[in-house]
Amino acid sequence: MVSIGAAVKEPGSTRQNKTGSWRTFKPILDKETCIKCENCIMFCPEGCINKDYDIDYDYCKGCGICAEECPVKAIKMERE
Amino acid sequence: MVLKVMSANQAIAEAVKLANPNVIPVYPITPQTTISEYLAKFVADGDIGAEYIRVESEHSAISACLGASGTGVRVFTATSSQGLALMHEIIFAAAGLRAPIVMADANRALSAPLSIWNDQQDSISERDAGWMQTYAENGQEALDSILISYRVSEDNKVLLPSMVCIDGFILTHTVDPVDVPKKEDVDKYLPPYKPDHAYLDPKRPMSIGTFTDPNYYMEARHDMELALEGAKEVIAKANAEFAEIFGRKYDFVEKYRSEDADTILVAMGSICSTIKDVVDELRERGEKVGLVRVRVFRPFPTEEIYEAIKGASKVGVLDKNISFSIGGVLHNEIKAKMDVDAYGFIVGLGGRDIKPSHIKEIIEKTKNPTQHTQWIGLNKEEL
Repeated sequence: MVSIGAAVKEPGSTRQNKTGSWRTFKPILDKETCIKCENCIMFCPEGCINKDYDIDYDYCKGCGICAEECPVKAIKMERE
Repeated sequence: MVLKVMSANQAIAEAVKLANPNVIPVYPITPQTTISEYLAKFVADGDIGAEYIRVESEHSAISACLGASGTGVRVFTATSSQGLALMHEIIFAAAGLRAPIVMADANRALSAPLSIWNDQQDSISERDAGWMQTYAENGQEALDSILISYRVSEDNKVLLPSMVCIDGFILTHTVDPVDVPKKEDVDKYLPPYKPDHAYLDPKRPMSIGTFTDPNYYMEARHDMELALEGAKEVIAKANAEFAEIFGRKYDFVEKYRSEDADTILVAMGSICSTIKDVVDELRERGEKVGLVRVRVFRPFPTEEIYEAIKGASKVGVLDKNISFSIGGVLHNEIKAKMDVDAYGFIVGLGGRDIKPSHIKEIIEKTKNPTQHTQWIGLNKEEL
């Protein structure tokens, strides 16, 4: 049932749309190489990398910006 | 009742003053400009407690309307022709988001060739958007239609925007006597807008205007169809209560000496005043002719038009618009929905005069039809 004007009355419902399914390339972080500079955290447009450098694959679209911005090349993009 | 002499543009501004919207984003365009000027004055003088937004384009005007309506307040804007065309994208969004915006359109031809003069191509071209459309014949009806439109648009059973269309220059820049209703009567007729379907309130968070996948879109559009069909009942009730309070009766169609007519003309807007004069003249000579004026064009009043014209042996439909290669839109919609012997006439595009002699020519051609659609008043050999 769609509400009048298709208003979404449940806040945060975009979380139901797991955009990780759009991904073609998956970022894999090598925590041994990582220097914890936080570049990937700041550059990720989806906020998918947390302070422990865990990547949230439910919503990561595989854009590759994190790999591009990593100064020590600790993130590799691997085909799904 | 005190009658004041004013243009339809001023009559519309007076109606807006009475409806007292909270936000008025408007961009001036000929021949609508004086509406935006009157409203600017009313706001500056403190007669309307509204936020008047001087936007940079018509796209922004209707966008600001939609945003403001999304916060749950009453809004108004007005435009014409190219301005309405520039609004096109948001016109559809406003209906889809079920924002009860009321807008006046000063009917003017669309470019090219560029023309500031009257026809109804601009609003007719927006007919599929999901807005209601009313075509007024004079200043009084323009004023009254604004009030009725707010009442219907804001009804919980409808929640769709409304366009009140007035013929550019013919109505916008000529004056006639208008009764401006009393504020207390209008307050009785039009209570403050109370939104509860979709509006932005931090205490009740919701998202409006989101992306929709194929699981939901079709239902949302189907709901609009049901709402527009259901609007007919609400309009009938709003008209009846308007008559009770203000003493002026409006209907979906106006029947003018058409009950026993053999030949009936169907038209919309100010041209109907000319047609009424011609009908009177021909009736005096014993000719059984009549007029059916379509006032509400969306929702399309199929039953009301059919009831009004079904007794005629021939029907002529005048269109101040052209859907190229098929003819006038009103004519084709009547042909599509009704089993009547109807012929189409394209008239008055880009401000071409429509004289009583043209109306008589149309009546003759309706009685002796040769073509599905004919253009009347061309300066060259007829097509």
